Amino acid sequence: MRIRLERRLKPSRAAGVLVPLISLILALAFGGLILLATGANPIVTYKAMAVGAFGGKYAISETLVKAIPLILCGLGVAVAFRMRFWNIGAEGQLAMGGFAAAWVALFLPGLLPNLPLKWLLPLMILAGMLAGALWGLIPALLRAFVGVNEVITTLMMNYIAILWIEYLFYGPWRDPKGYGFPGTAPFPQEGWLPRYPGTRVHLGLVFAIAAAIILWLVLTRTRWGYEVRVIGENPRAARYAGISLWRNFLLVMLVSGALAGLAGVGEVAGISHRLQKGLTVGYGYTAIIVAWMGQLNPWGVVLVGILLAGLLVGGDQIQITMRLPAAVALVLQGAILFFMLGGVLFNQYRLRVDWGLRRRPVRPTLPAEGGES
Amino acid sequence: MTEHQPTPAVRMIGIVKRFPGVVANDHVDFEALPGEVHSLLGENGAGKSTLMNILSGLYTPDEGEIYLFGRPVVLRSPRDAITHGIGMVHQHFMLVEMHTVAENMVLGLNKPRFILNLREIEREVEQLSAQYGLHVDPRARIWQLSVGEQQRVEILKMLYRGARILILDEPTAVLTPQEVDDLFATLRKMTTEGKTIIFISHKLEEVMAISDRITVLRGGKVVATVRKAETSPAELAKMMVGREVLFRVEKEEREPGEVVLEVSGLCANNDKGLPALKNVSFTIREGEILGVAGVAGNGQRELAEVLTGLRKATAGTVTVLECDVTNCSPRKIIGEKVGHVPEDRLGMGLVPNLPVSDNVIMKTYKERPISAGPFLNGGAIGRFARRLVEQFNIATPSVQTPVRLLSGGNLQKTLLAREISISPRLMIAMHPTRGLDVGATEAVRRLLLEQRKQGAALLLISEDLDELLELADRILVLYEGEVQGIVPAKDADVGAIGLMMAGVKPGAPAATETERRPA
Repeated sequence: MRIRLERRLKPSRAAGVLVPLISLILALAFGGLILLATGANPIVTYKAMAVGAFGGKYAISETLVKAIPLILCGLGVAVAFRMRFWNIGAEGQLAMGGFAAAWVALFLPGLLPNLPLKWLLPLMILAGMLAGALWGLIPALLRAFVGVNEVITTLMMNYIAILWIEYLFYGPWRDPKGYGFPGTAPFPQEGWLPRYPGTRVHLGLVFAIAAAIILWLVLTRTRWGYEVRVIGENPRAARYAGISLWRNFLLVMLVSGALAGLAGVGEVAGISHRLQKGLTVGYGYTAIIVAWMGQLNPWGVVLVGILLAGLLVGGDQIQITMRLPAAVALVLQGAILFFMLGGVLFNQYRLRVDWGLRRRPVRPTLPAEGGES
Repeated sequence: MTEHQPTPAVRMIGIVKRFPGVVANDHVDFEALPGEVHSLLGENGAGKSTLMNILSGLYTPDEGEIYLFGRPVVLRSPRDAITHGIGMVHQHFMLVEMHTVAENMVLGLNKPRFILNLREIEREVEQLSAQYGLHVDPRARIWQLSVGEQQRVEILKMLYRGARILILDEPTAVLTPQEVDDLFATLRKMTTEGKTIIFISHKLEEVMAISDRITVLRGGKVVATVRKAETSPAELAKMMVGREVLFRVEKEEREPGEVVLEVSGLCANNDKGLPALKNVSFTIREGEILGVAGVAGNGQRELAEVLTGLRKATAGTVTVLECDVTNCSPRKIIGEKVGHVPEDRLGMGLVPNLPVSDNVIMKTYKERPISAGPFLNGGAIGRFARRLVEQFNIATPSVQTPVRLLSGGNLQKTLLAREISISPRLMIAMHPTRGLDVGATEAVRRLLLEQRKQGAALLLISEDLDELLELADRILVLYEGEVQGIVPAKDADVGAIGLMMAGVKPGAPAATETERRPA
């Protein structure tokens, strides 16, 4: 018996759905082993996680709260990845979005006393998206004009952004009335994103869904979407067709960064109502898994964003109810990505198993050396 | 059966090799005798290379048996094949560029266990090259050698490893006519020493020139094995394609019109930053095809890229219809209605994973009715793509099919359809028929001639001299980035062109006087 890999004639649609699904199952099984090793019952634990994430109005609302930044960052990452621009800097772009929104909320009313306060929130959103976009633009410029690998630059710029906001809320922006808590003073009420009554789900959810719809339309129905497609599939052909690569690198990173920046605005204006420790908890990195598992498709990103948010919330829940570390969720996340990346192979290849039965050749018509008949 | 002929050096029986969706070899029987040149003839995709890749251990067959000198063998890897005395010279050479000839000889061998005595290897190589007339300096580094010399190194490498059976995959594609003659002399010498040569080709003349016997493959099956003396090119061609072939595409007389492309004093560098084009000047008029002949790597690619805006010129000017487009962007040059059929179809000319419809709009996606403002018009794209598919006879299941799944001929037709759809005033085509079968070649040539009839100016870059002689009105020969001469294609002397391709400037040819410009 021999097992071989064979190239598929066309990428399998079934594999597109099955690979993420099976990866999820394998990751759960893998996580189960780890849970067993720590002495916990995996089935009980997973059930507790599922209930914690999706069982009831509160659980679902908390899952949606976490899904908002995951979807927005995931969309941003997905659009850049589609052009094979490996933006892993969503975390930093999110942080800069939160920073800019906080600056507008805390200082703009003081600088412009005549500013009608109803303009505060729109300005915060605009500033946050702009800041994220500009933060994303820097690696794009470096790539387009100096040829610097964007994986390095986007990653390094995360640290700059994260340390910058930490400096602000530990230092000059720290709320003097905050009992030493690392965070700025709360934003004025006009700078809060409206919430669905009784929950923490804020307007960012609408932005996330709208962004997915717009992005899907842009990618499938517009000239720019076409250019992204051609560049992503074959940059040489794009150049040959007169599509400017550098222009599109800059454009895609502006969009990508703006989406992550918007996620940052949602976090500060929708949840914490201040810039504080806990803004950068890794949504930007998880977004890479979201984008990849969602096959870089906006709808896939929305779906996977909600799923992974559930995993995070469920992880928090078992920490409370079962006294297990919330890191279980992170272990599962890592395992999912691990199995996903392994499984991508099956989009292009299929397994063929030879049982060794068909290997005997049909007797040739030519007489063999012996001449026996 | 009585043995009245020697034991075959190679005997392959009932070879079956399946790839997903195709049977590349369908119960192929093949044999080659010691001391013979046996040609494998067939169109692209006929299964020649697959069969020989099986013999050289790259593929394992799904069914079938292989005997070497009467003994059954199982070839699991190229190393197995080498130990059995089988050597294959691939189209793309497997040499380490930075190493010397002698160092390449021993690469992958276990032979010098600890101490590498290069002097001794060099002596052995010199001896072998003298014996077979394969002249090459064993101390030269590979990158210093011409393509023809590199091929000699590949052959020497196989001989050095003790090959008794030598497989050559389309060896003449990269050679000048003179080098082809030299190669053939070497091959004959090798057969007199009892070596077996398997010669893969789809060029009839060469096969007729060198072979003792010829096996014709079509669609993965053997059509026939014939003796050269008992066949004719016409018969072979018929066996190859299964029908009579028109060898000549009708080309009508046409007076060239006004100048479309004027290139003057053009210089450009190659990817390594070395001069690839040196002071190139020529013009092409409406309804004229200028052929560019030359051995691969003499500046052809750089020329096509500079003219289409993909490479910067370091000096000189390019003028299309009195508009200076020197170093303009590809976008701008496309806007001047310059079509481009690049040499690398799937790598540059098409996007393999995207459907036919996305591929045919690559040059027109910014125009109405394909798009309106920033939006694409899906309906118009579908209609446009279906119209082209019908008009150019592109065999595809639908316009939604990724072009990757199309055959070579249909890929090229898709590419040409798109380039023609911009109504080009100038068309730059590089190796437009390379690797295509006879039917598709004919279709592509007709399309090019149709463009000529419509009044487009064409720059046709090809390594196939016959193609240039057939299609072009004038032929420009490039050698090391310089124009060696421009001659009318009518009554052109193949020998003279061959000499120019090898770097010999013509004495005082009257025909080129008008083309030369003072530098």
